[in-house]
Amino acid sequence: MSVDQNTVRRIAKLARIAVREDELPALAGELNTILDWVEMLGEVDTQGVEPMTSAVAMTMKMREDVVTSGNHQKDVTGNAPSSEDGFYVVPRVVE
Amino acid sequence: MTVVYSMQHRDPRDEDLIKGTTGDWEIILGLEVHAQISSKAKLFSGASTEFGAEPNTQVSLVDAALPGMLPVINRYCVEQAVKTGLGLRAKINPYSVFDRKNYFYPDLPQGYQISQFKSPIVGEGEVVIDLAGGRSIAVGIERLHMEQDAGKSVHDLAPGNSHVDLNRSGVALMEIVSKPDMRSSDEARAYVTKLRTILRYLGTCDGNMEEGSLRADVNVSVRRPGEKLGTRCEIKNVNSIRFIGQAIEYEARRQIEILEEGGSITQETRLFDPKAGETRSMRSKEEAHDYRYFPDPDLLPLVLDQADIDRIAANLPELPDDKKARLMSEYGLSAYDATVLVGEAATADYYEAVMKSGKPGRDGKLAVNWMTSDLYGALNREGHTIETSPVSPKQLGELVDLITDGTISGRIAKDVFDSMYKTGRDPAEIVEKDGLRQVTDTGAIEAAVDAIMAANPDKVAQAKEKPALAGWFVGQVMKSTSGKANPQVVNEIIAAKLGASSDD
Amino acid sequence: MMSDLTKLTLAGARDALKAKEITSVELTGAYLKAMEAGKALNAYVTVTADKALEMAKASDAKLAKGEGGALEGIPLGIKDLFATKGVLTTACSHILDGFVPPYESTVTSNLWRDGAVMLGKLNNDEFAMGSSNETSFYGPVVNPWRRNGDTTNLVPGGSSGGSSSAVSARLCLAATATDTGGSIRQPAAFTGTVGIKPTYGRCSRWGVVAFASSLDQAGPITRDVRDAAIMLGSMAGYDEKDSTSVNQPVPDYEAALGKGIKGLRVGIPKEYRVDGMNAEIDALWTRGIEWLKAAGAEIVDVSLPNTKYALPTYYIVAPAEASSNLARYDGVRYGLRVEGKDITDMYEKTRAAGFGAEVRRRVLIGTYVLSAGYYDAYYLKAQQVRTLIARDFAEAYRSCDVLLTPTAPSAAFGIGEKTSDPLSMYLNDVFTVTVNLAGLPGISVPAGLSSEGLPLGLQLIGKTFDEETLLRAAFALEQAAEFTAEPKTWWTA
Repeated sequence: MSVDQNTVRRIAKLARIAVREDELPALAGELNTILDWVEMLGEVDTQGVEPMTSAVAMTMKMREDVVTSGNHQKDVTGNAPSSEDGFYVVPRVVE
Repeated sequence: MTVVYSMQHRDPRDEDLIKGTTGDWEIILGLEVHAQISSKAKLFSGASTEFGAEPNTQVSLVDAALPGMLPVINRYCVEQAVKTGLGLRAKINPYSVFDRKNYFYPDLPQGYQISQFKSPIVGEGEVVIDLAGGRSIAVGIERLHMEQDAGKSVHDLAPGNSHVDLNRSGVALMEIVSKPDMRSSDEARAYVTKLRTILRYLGTCDGNMEEGSLRADVNVSVRRPGEKLGTRCEIKNVNSIRFIGQAIEYEARRQIEILEEGGSITQETRLFDPKAGETRSMRSKEEAHDYRYFPDPDLLPLVLDQADIDRIAANLPELPDDKKARLMSEYGLSAYDATVLVGEAATADYYEAVMKSGKPGRDGKLAVNWMTSDLYGALNREGHTIETSPVSPKQLGELVDLITDGTISGRIAKDVFDSMYKTGRDPAEIVEKDGLRQVTDTGAIEAAVDAIMAANPDKVAQAKEKPALAGWFVGQVMKSTSGKANPQVVNEIIAAKLGASSDD
Repeated sequence: MMSDLTKLTLAGARDALKAKEITSVELTGAYLKAMEAGKALNAYVTVTADKALEMAKASDAKLAKGEGGALEGIPLGIKDLFATKGVLTTACSHILDGFVPPYESTVTSNLWRDGAVMLGKLNNDEFAMGSSNETSFYGPVVNPWRRNGDTTNLVPGGSSGGSSSAVSARLCLAATATDTGGSIRQPAAFTGTVGIKPTYGRCSRWGVVAFASSLDQAGPITRDVRDAAIMLGSMAGYDEKDSTSVNQPVPDYEAALGKGIKGLRVGIPKEYRVDGMNAEIDALWTRGIEWLKAAGAEIVDVSLPNTKYALPTYYIVAPAEASSNLARYDGVRYGLRVEGKDITDMYEKTRAAGFGAEVRRRVLIGTYVLSAGYYDAYYLKAQQVRTLIARDFAEAYRSCDVLLTPTAPSAAFGIGEKTSDPLSMYLNDVFTVTVNLAGLPGISVPAGLSSEGLPLGLQLIGKTFDEETLLRAAFALEQAAEFTAEPKTWWTA
């Protein structure tokens, strides 16, 4: 499986990272080097092997249904590049 | 969801088919209902879920996806999902997994939604829906999974900008996915209505569609009866049962028109515009999605103990279908009456309280009639609900008893009821104090009849010719006794007297 | 006042503070001075001198009353991956420009609870993605160590390069660090310091900027094993805000030291003797085995057959998780925003400008391996191999208590030497990454110098949640190695 420039363009779009056209060849090359290397895993027989879900055996903890947080509008929006009347402001989103 | 689910085979009913210019069409419908879990705090954070707060005031650091923040699941929400699954008579999966659904959107702060993709908490189940004419069908449930709600983008506060409020971000939702088992907008509406009833019975979702606690994504496709499935369109986020019906009707006709003109349907996401009454394409969602689902490494698999599931099952309230069956057998109600009563748990509860408050053997059918006509009428008129009714179940039951044992007539009962509703007094007290007790003493009634006949010999003569005119005497007697005379007795005496005279 | 307070170990300083031989203000002042003089190393990205002195004063007040916690008055450096309330926290990424958290990470909260003093925030590879601390937006960190007779600037390892450099150059008494594939242990090995990555779940991840959630663990970099035990004891602990934090009591790690290793079974995994292995590293490893044997340990040959698949597995799992973890950096709620013609344009420009080359590379790899049609072949496969790797360890631990391996395949290399070849950089983690994949604790202990005079480390790997045995073995190794070399202080100019 090797990636071409179109694939890099598509992946970059999915990842929402602008990539210049002239960067594509080099990026494709780098990604292919890494992907060719990880192809090695194809040798491993994983038939019937459960994928790891947790590095350490434990059960998921749960919290009680209690409101413990709120009215942090300033904390929550204090670092925003743009905010107004308690809202975050972003360029217009068209539905 | 892009999965194709197994669907039940149903022979198309003529009345469900849509007549096109080139022949009949069958609608195939599947619904994904998003139901907000009635919890105090969010699914993975301790922020409040209350509706209508100032922007970004019910947002924890976790909900705003600040760096290094981690989700911890709300036990109550898990229990409600299990409870709902049991209420849908569905398979509860003791092992389920939370996945990340990755996409960028300003109201999705993490850049992913925590949802359940491959391993949902609830598997296949069933909802029986009641339709006009006493028909009922079972709609298959494919799955129920838990997920986070997104925030809200407001687009009209300033030109060129959108404003983002994350108060809803992270609120717990259950996505209930039906099989494509519905064939008409009536069925879809009945399905959502029934689902909402079940959720309310369980108390797991308040079902409030105005506040967005319950929304439906409707998958619509059309086909020639018996042919293979057509391409479907998904109408997103329809937030009232009426709109669900309208959206389906519009969308089905739109698709049929395209097909009949030789076109083809493009699979897409559409939006229902209630003002225009039409669906339209959501172009922003047209970009090919690739959600890159993978298990959320911040969470562990959700493993449920059978003992916990059993405990929830043991505490499950009686469900609408069971309640309906029981009301029918216990109180001899018709399916129609029972269906009406179980639509809201509070109504059925009221009815049962009526039936249980007095001596056994209270007239169940009469009680239903009084509830569904006079009581509902008054509640609606006065802006009350069954929970705030000024007339208690015990009082309504007593009124029914007074009618059944002949103490008052049905007509007087209406006055008594009005007085009960206004004053909150017991019916027996009203009857006594206001002297409304029915006159069943035949002697007294006979005297009244005789007096009227004596005063109206011409009418007597006419009535003897035309027995239908006997009604005039009944009216006069009721008038002279202020309606308290037992109408049955009055009828019998007048009939006897007129008949007896004719024998002379 | 003692002449050079920065010469003390953490344990030494703690004892001197308790004995009122020194004050925290003096100690902290000495470090602030050393930091000022050591700017050339670029170890700190933010210095919080005022806060440090304020905390030191508060500690002195407690110490004067005979009160105070386990770290009362001890000045520490904090890796910039840890959120510190009211103090700029960027993970050394441009995309977190100006981000001042309104919260404190659990690990640093634990340290302040125990009386520690914050000197500032330490440099690291951007989002902890790197093995040389060259990917930081704030520039590379310089290793205080140099090759004999050579002035080439060397890397301090990564991603916790600021932590390792600062501890080694005595710009802090100890430092917090994080380890996703070797980011504590490899920098420790490159700088002659001790670094321990505890068992996954031992330290809370709450408030630590996430790189790869299933692998990330916090731990300390310190002067010696005792200091590591003390630091870990304070950093570790159950946190109900982290679903993957384990609810187990934290033992007294310091008390575990010095109990000796008589009869301890030390496993030597044969697969770590890789092709083309650096002869000096190999020799050091052999020496380590001899030391432990001489201290009474039983040496056992073990096999970890899937070792060679660990790095490729890591380079699927870690980027995949990172691609999702880094989606929140979108210019909406904090950090950098580059305006665009619409929302998507804003996202794309912000993320293009905000992420460096290595982060971009990993986000793209991660996005690709999770994308439709590739998930099973890459991510699922890697998680299956991960299960096999964990099983290898479980099997090995049937016949031994700890494992001994080299920490890194080489000594520190020169800045810029490997940046053009990502794959050669990734190979730095060949001995450390298995430990993260299996969630095990691992520690690097300085064990000798290369022929060029650079420090080399040996790694001990423990059983899940058995940091006590791991530290006990590390203490024995440290005593046998008698590593006392120090970098020459060329940077004070």
